[in-house]
Amino acid sequence: MHDFFEPFRLEFFRNGLIVATFAGALCGLIGVYVVLKGMSFIGHGLSHAIFGGFAASTIIGVNFALGAGAWGITSALMINGVTRRRVIGADAAIGVITTASFALGIAMFDVFGRHGRNFDAALFGSILGVGTGDVLAVIGVTVTVALVVFFAYRPLLFTTFDPEVAEASGVRTARVDALLMVALAISILATMKVLGVTLIAATLVIPATVARMLTNSFSRMLLLATAIGAATGFTGMLLSWHLDVVSGPTIVLVGGALFAVVFALTGVRGRSRTANVHT
Amino acid sequence: MTFHLGPDLIRLDRVTCSYGSAPVLVDVDLAIGPRQFSGIVGPSGSGKTTLLRTLLGSVRPLSGEIERQPGLRVGYVPQVETINWSFPVTVSECVLMARTRGRRLPWRSRSEQAEVAEVLDRLGLGALPDRHIRDLSGGQQQRVFIARALLGRPDLLLMDEPTAGVDVSTRHEILHLLDELHEDGLAIVLTTHDLNGMAAHLPHLVCLNAAVIGDGAPRDVLTPDVLERTYGARMDVLDHAGMPVVLDRYLSDRAG
Repeated sequence: MHDFFEPFRLEFFRNGLIVATFAGALCGLIGVYVVLKGMSFIGHGLSHAIFGGFAASTIIGVNFALGAGAWGITSALMINGVTRRRVIGADAAIGVITTASFALGIAMFDVFGRHGRNFDAALFGSILGVGTGDVLAVIGVTVTVALVVFFAYRPLLFTTFDPEVAEASGVRTARVDALLMVALAISILATMKVLGVTLIAATLVIPATVARMLTNSFSRMLLLATAIGAATGFTGMLLSWHLDVVSGPTIVLVGGALFAVVFALTGVRGRSRTANVHT
Repeated sequence: MTFHLGPDLIRLDRVTCSYGSAPVLVDVDLAIGPRQFSGIVGPSGSGKTTLLRTLLGSVRPLSGEIERQPGLRVGYVPQVETINWSFPVTVSECVLMARTRGRRLPWRSRSEQAEVAEVLDRLGLGALPDRHIRDLSGGQQQRVFIARALLGRPDLLLMDEPTAGVDVSTRHEILHLLDELHEDGLAIVLTTHDLNGMAAHLPHLVCLNAAVIGDGAPRDVLTPDVLERTYGARMDVLDHAGMPVVLDRYLSDRAG
């Protein structure tokens, strides 16, 4: 037991644990909409797009939150615009926007020779650089997104389930979609340090998919996905320390293992629930 | 054209709609009056759903005028094929979507609870509020979306293919329910492919193929001439107890 509690005495680990737990909850919550709207690819792409902003802000020396935030929100709104227009090959357009941004980020790091901890942390996640400011930022974003989901619960549900009838019923679906994309962008920004760009998509998708296998109710799915995200974040971070593996992949692997267990236990019924859910 | 003496709920005047360069609706004149019960029939791609969406207000016309009665409330029941049945939503959650505007809190108020229970009871779904929408029969699924539309207290109910893909018994169930709602004073406009099982039983029909080919009572519009101009195929019409029965002449000829 001595070994088990050892990391809790270290401030950076406590910070990492808090951030991982809140980041997991945040991604679990927003992931419900990502999965149900068939936006898993957008979530993946957006995290890569934000990497470009991260690289630019790191190299230019601009505050990360401002630089990558502005870049991420702009990318999110552009992606939302492309998606809503339903032009041919919207997924391809998203692929171009986001991978180009990602490639730009890598090229900038390469040209300016700034490969190192920041680069690896952004890609794969790390708790080493997590300070009190990051803890407060993740908690702040989690509370903000939770409040958005709470007060916009009804329009978000209607727009996600049946956008055409929602629009005809007076719901401003364009605004609701934009709000969701901005919430997704700031969620990715806030969790990037711990989870890493390449793995954020998994933390958005896995808790929501597991929750979907466990319930048929939307409100319960939101609560379950949030709890599952928090639990996998907490457990993954603990295991990351004890197994000496990078935090991001460990959190994702814990989620993957939970998915496998629930998938096996819920049998055909659970699998059929997710059969046509867009992932 | 007007079908009722009272003021129309919606009036379309030379409305043309298009999703691109090819027009889907061309110079459509149509008036929907209070307590009207109409069916829109026509071949696939004739603009039936577009006309319904134009009445709903989700499709804007390229040209022409649409007049709506001020404060008109329109309920819409989408085609079941367009519903994502894997979406995690229970019967009561689905019905409550009609109350998206106004209340910000996620949970339902006492009055909303009572209203949802009332509308579910009325539609025979009172025992199923927590059932997932996929775990229902075809008729029950259709009634969930009618319940959602009714919770918005509409003056006009629009339904897209309410009997598509359902068996005869479910079709009777839906037709009976719509008759009851119409008797209670609701105006209803629906689209259907089912000429004999559905359209012939309605008080009023619109035959559509981009333009309105005919409108009136079934016995006036379900004629070989109107049907050929609407569908581009020859059909025979028989009289059965005062009701038209449409026969596909190609199939009749093949049968000898």
